[in-house]
Amino acid sequence: MTDRTETSVPAVQVPKRRGTELALLVLAVGLCVYGYLHVGLAVYGTVPRNVADYGGGLGALALLAHVAVRLRAPYADPLLLPIAVLLNGLGLVLIYRLDQETPHDQAALAQLTWSTAGVALFILVVVVLRDHRVLQGYAYLFVVAALALLLAPIFFPAVNGARIWVRIAGFSLQPAEFAKILLAVFFASYLAANRNALAYAGKRVWKLQFPTGRVLGPIVAIWLISVGVLILERDLGTSLLFFGLFVVLLYVATGRTGWIAVGLLLACVGAFAVGSLEPHVHSRVQDWLHPFATIDAGRGPTQLAQSLFAFAAGGLLGTGLGQGHSSLIGFAAKSDFILATAGEELGLTGLCAIFLLYAVLVARGCKVGLALRDPFGRLLAIGLASILALQVFVIAGGVTGLIPLTGMAMPFLAQGGSSVVTNWIIIALLVRVSSYARGQSDVYDSSQLPEED
Amino acid sequence: MTRHIRRAAAFCLLLMLALALNATRIQVFQNDTYDGNPANRRQTIARYGQVRGDIFVDGRPITGSKDTGEQLRYERTYRYGPLYAPVTGYASQTYGSTLLEGAQDRLLSGTDPLLAPFPLLDDVTRARRPGGAVHTTIVPAVQHAAYSALGDKQGAVAALDPATGEILALVSTPSYDPGLLSGNGTTEAQRWTTLNNAASKPMLNRALRQTYPPGSAFKVVTAAAALDTGVVTDVDARTHSPVPFTLPGTSTRLSNEVEGCENASLRAAFEWSCNTVFAKLGSEVGLAGLVDTAERFGFNDPDLKIPSPVSRSNMDRSMDPAQVALSAIGQYDTTATPLQMAMVAAAVANNGDLKVPHLVERTTDASGRTVSSTHPASLRQTFNPGTAALLKELMVGVVKEGTGANAAIPGAVVGGKTGTAQHGIGNAGLPYAWFISWAQAKDAAQPGVAVAVVVEDAAADRDDISGGGSAAPIARAVMRAALTS
Repeated sequence: MTDRTETSVPAVQVPKRRGTELALLVLAVGLCVYGYLHVGLAVYGTVPRNVADYGGGLGALALLAHVAVRLRAPYADPLLLPIAVLLNGLGLVLIYRLDQETPHDQAALAQLTWSTAGVALFILVVVVLRDHRVLQGYAYLFVVAALALLLAPIFFPAVNGARIWVRIAGFSLQPAEFAKILLAVFFASYLAANRNALAYAGKRVWKLQFPTGRVLGPIVAIWLISVGVLILERDLGTSLLFFGLFVVLLYVATGRTGWIAVGLLLACVGAFAVGSLEPHVHSRVQDWLHPFATIDAGRGPTQLAQSLFAFAAGGLLGTGLGQGHSSLIGFAAKSDFILATAGEELGLTGLCAIFLLYAVLVARGCKVGLALRDPFGRLLAIGLASILALQVFVIAGGVTGLIPLTGMAMPFLAQGGSSVVTNWIIIALLVRVSSYARGQSDVYDSSQLPEED
Repeated sequence: MTRHIRRAAAFCLLLMLALALNATRIQVFQNDTYDGNPANRRQTIARYGQVRGDIFVDGRPITGSKDTGEQLRYERTYRYGPLYAPVTGYASQTYGSTLLEGAQDRLLSGTDPLLAPFPLLDDVTRARRPGGAVHTTIVPAVQHAAYSALGDKQGAVAALDPATGEILALVSTPSYDPGLLSGNGTTEAQRWTTLNNAASKPMLNRALRQTYPPGSAFKVVTAAAALDTGVVTDVDARTHSPVPFTLPGTSTRLSNEVEGCENASLRAAFEWSCNTVFAKLGSEVGLAGLVDTAERFGFNDPDLKIPSPVSRSNMDRSMDPAQVALSAIGQYDTTATPLQMAMVAAAVANNGDLKVPHLVERTTDASGRTVSSTHPASLRQTFNPGTAALLKELMVGVVKEGTGANAAIPGAVVGGKTGTAQHGIGNAGLPYAWFISWAQAKDAAQPGVAVAVVVEDAAADRDDISGGGSAAPIARAVMRAALTS
């Protein structure tokens, strides 16, 4: 209650920082337009014809999103939106650059269209969702929807060994992308409601405090179903992501280190079992351990080997946009392996800048979690931030040979409609909770509080 | 909860840090391993992404480049492919590069550090230098003369300027068009197989990479050894050599193709190529003396480069006396490349001062700035200057009076030596006809050209006349072209 007495006195006016956001947005759009120009000049020696359309399009999207934030989430963290725009724009530049190598497969325009849809959803979420705590009420609806989405691809044919696609009216969607937000909301909501029971009730075995089955049951069941379905569909990256998300949220909610230990143990057992029994996964692990084995065997380099070649070719400073040969990776160069193009053409310098952008995004998400006071909001913010962090780690670690390669989209950078739309929703939710967190001491917030209580 | 959020955040940031560290490992510390992997196409793409520097003969390019628009963009072309193939070699996207294309590859492809004024700056900017140019010592008229004189015959010609070591002509027939192998398609693979399987071995550079038993042409070396060691002091004195000559330690009797060799003087024996006399002289010089002289001419040197690598010409270092006697007449295990035999002629022509044979006059960068130039240098003093005058006399006698009359050029002093060699089991292989010679224009201070010709000649029979018959006219054509150009 001490909090309440402090906040009820609006002694310090919290700065809204919308001007900072606008300035950063101008910088972000400018950087992307520069990259676009660079590709055109490097490949053809001329300014690309549609540079105005492209720059204008990205600028308009950024401006619309900014207006929505200014009107509906005035206290939002000013870094979130510019970083998202920069990453999305950079992704478009990289895809446009790779389009120059594949005359019959142009993806940049489609990606721009999907980005527009993503920003539209971003605006929708920011405008419609006035208070994130509303979501708590729909937790069970979300989990049902999430499971339905996860199950949907089973009824569609597999693409490249993974059954993760749904094709409707010419559109290909990856439902698991959307499911991860729904699951994050569910986990946050359920754990927020039951965290005391999870932490303090139940048996104690050796040094580990186990919660009662009644409390833990539903969440483990849902987690098992999600991961099980994904293994069925061979979407290993996403199952790894869900698992990581689950462990992180459980740890944050209960504060029990034991969960980390149990989680890691289960993960190791599961990974070993799947890795040695399932042929698809087994070959991925072999490729990871011996990326050049196929070369020695005379069968040519794998995609992972080509990806490593691309990174190595980049060196410290990179070849410059449009001057690398990452298209040698072939299939999925624009999606799963997009980071290799960044690594080759922008070098370690550019790559670290990209990692830093993700790190700042994650850090700002975690900061929101610290600033909020309601457990659901805190868990939601941490959940969303760790989804980004884990996803970046799983795919970037995969294409750089740090961990076995699993197909996944680099957030915002990679070609893929479902992914870009989902990431915009994640940013929208972070914008919403961050505005709430920073504006808690504001009139806007105190007008909301009585309704909630 | 706050503490745990911080820890979760720290964990997430650790993941990002791990990614950055791993990227540093690949991109900065281990990138050379990845860049150098044979399956990594980048170096190949960069190499063929720019025009290859050209090879010049007498100021005119004999090579070119063709823009294919493919992933490996530029392909090598050759203006007079078969004529200059023994000089250039090939530069193939599939099969690598050989001879001058291979030896000067870094310069031609622009990676030679000598081309970059600031190599460190180039590393940062990733600039690739345009390919440099290679100017050869070949004289087109001499090359043409040798090529057309050989005609349909299977053989080789090497011609040198004895005073400088410059290679004036390098011909091997039958030849091939190296441009056929430039690309990377299945057509090139078929051509490669066809050329490699051809019985006439068109891709073999007979002038540099094939060794033949030199036969009687080797008697120049034996004569030099006999004079240098004092075994013979007077070239016109009787030699006390019987016919037939029984090889030391055996009952094998050696005879001659010609009459009148018994006790013949060195001059007469040289002019008429008496095997008995030279076998006996060789025995008297002995293994050590013979090997020493041969090695001074360049035998047993595995590292000769012009800068195309030249095969090692052989003279065994340990032999029994009978084998020494046979070696002295260019048989047994003694073998030589045509270039090596041209060097023997050149050494005599230049009074024993054997110059380093070289094919590259100078190299330049793409703008014409000289990167390196070759100056005449002595390889070795092969024999005493006193011996030189006598050897010259002997060789001139061969053309004036002896087996090499076919090489005579009116108005010029020509010295030569014929040779024929059998090979194969029971001498069933195609015999080789040799002629090595030098020529000095009437008004010149010193000989201007030294030549070695070898013809794999079905018509050649055992006698030395065939060396003079099929090889000498070719040598004459080459020498005449060299003296007049």
